[in-house]
Amino acid sequence: MAWAQFRLERRLFWRSPTAAFFNFVLPLLLLVLVASVFSSDAKELDVLVPGIAGMSVMATTFNALAFNLTALRELGILKRVQGTPMPAASYLAGLLGSAVANAFVQIALVVVIGHLAYGVDWPHNWAALAGFTALGVTCFGSLGIAFSHAIPSSDAAPAYVNAVFLPVIFISGVFYSSDDLPAFLDGVARALPLKHVIDGLSGAIVGGSVDMAGAAGVVVAWTALGVLLAVRGFRWE
Amino acid sequence: MAALAIEVSDLHKSYGPLDAVRGVSFTVERGEVFGLLGPNGAGKTTTVEILEGYRHRSRGDVRVLGHDPERRERRWQERIGIVLQSCGFHPMITVREAVEHFGKAYPSPRDPRETIELVGLEDKAGARTKELSGGQRRRLDLALALVGDPELIFLDEPTTGFDPAARRTAWAVIRRLKELGKTVLLTTHYLDEAQSLSDRVAIIKDGAIVAEGPPGELGAERPRYRVSYTANGKRVEHETEDPTELLHRLTGEALARGLRLEGLQVSRPTLEDVYLQLTTEDERA
Repeated sequence: MAWAQFRLERRLFWRSPTAAFFNFVLPLLLLVLVASVFSSDAKELDVLVPGIAGMSVMATTFNALAFNLTALRELGILKRVQGTPMPAASYLAGLLGSAVANAFVQIALVVVIGHLAYGVDWPHNWAALAGFTALGVTCFGSLGIAFSHAIPSSDAAPAYVNAVFLPVIFISGVFYSSDDLPAFLDGVARALPLKHVIDGLSGAIVGGSVDMAGAAGVVVAWTALGVLLAVRGFRWE
Repeated sequence: MAALAIEVSDLHKSYGPLDAVRGVSFTVERGEVFGLLGPNGAGKTTTVEILEGYRHRSRGDVRVLGHDPERRERRWQERIGIVLQSCGFHPMITVREAVEHFGKAYPSPRDPRETIELVGLEDKAGARTKELSGGQRRRLDLALALVGDPELIFLDEPTTGFDPAARRTAWAVIRRLKELGKTVLLTTHYLDEAQSLSDRVAIIKDGAIVAEGPPGELGAERPRYRVSYTANGKRVEHETEDPTELLHRLTGEALARGLRLEGLQVSRPTLEDVYLQLTTEDERA
């Protein structure tokens, strides 16, 4: 049943141009625009590619699930599903799986475009890339579901989501190295998961001296909080 | 197999200080169409949502197909179908996809094509739900409730917003369900709908049942016959518990004066009369 739900979600996703735009086109547009500015500087590209990859992980899971669950709740689709024998876990797994598929596709696109268009090396450690992507999507997926509980309506969802997403991507080192940030903002970014997801992806794509275990630890801690809040606060209607 | 599809005894539901349902009891037999009537806020939807497993009761005993709905067992959910009062669809899903997909949740679903035909949506099978009219969306609601081939179907105001022709079609579907031996719990605002479809109805008001029985016999304990005729171009109406005596007197007087009682009518109380009498008593007093 989870598989059937996943396949349905995939089909429906491609019928919604706005969702496809925010999930795929916007991050790639940012990659291409910013990369074109810095294209002569390999060091900047080494920051940008993992940064855009991390941002994509957050956009395809946290943002997408917060939007979708709010809409599904408001439309009464969750209530309808609750009244059928479809197990809640399968239904949610289908939704989550679809978001995760988007995240992986997007990471692949970012890596391939980075390599072909801007000459960034192929990832240094593919297994670590897959592992950190998986960790990142689980973390932001659970946080997205948890955050949807706090959003009162679909109309309010873009404001709520962007109030979190935009500041977080700016301080987490998506477009420039977060080493350049004031200490206070860097401290905030270090407390949040995105910077650590980007660090992990950077270690996997670029290599270098990244504390992978430390980064993974923070992400796992946020995942635990996300899962707890996602399950605790779940509202069907 | 129990003979009763639904057993409710002394059901109570409070939301904080508000008692939405206070001591409702009724039973629905298998194969019966049972109508639950009442004004807005009377406790109809609360009662039905407790039976569907959406809400917890505060007190009382409830059995639906022999199970406690609060436990929401999957085997039990496979045997019921629910049409909620308002409930949406993914705007991009087509009618056929939705019916096929929901059918997958059940062990022995009805054929999706046949289900779509049953509710009369075959012309719209390929349409996305955002292109459907209000009445067509409601018919899709019904299709999704029927695709699992349930024994018991909850219909919460299934024809609200239908034009008269669409209502007749929906009524035919509900009659067909009855022929198939299904049990139907129907809540509705339309008294003609309840009268025409239900084997028995209960009228609920302020969280309690004020009358229950076959629609034709409801309020039989105090029938008010209406006798009316036209005299001197004016319509005259009398209400009485015993029309025999009244008619005898009226016709006697008319004959004695050589008058005709133009358009003489004697009508039994309709469900609507009984309903209005029972649900607006406070306002009258």
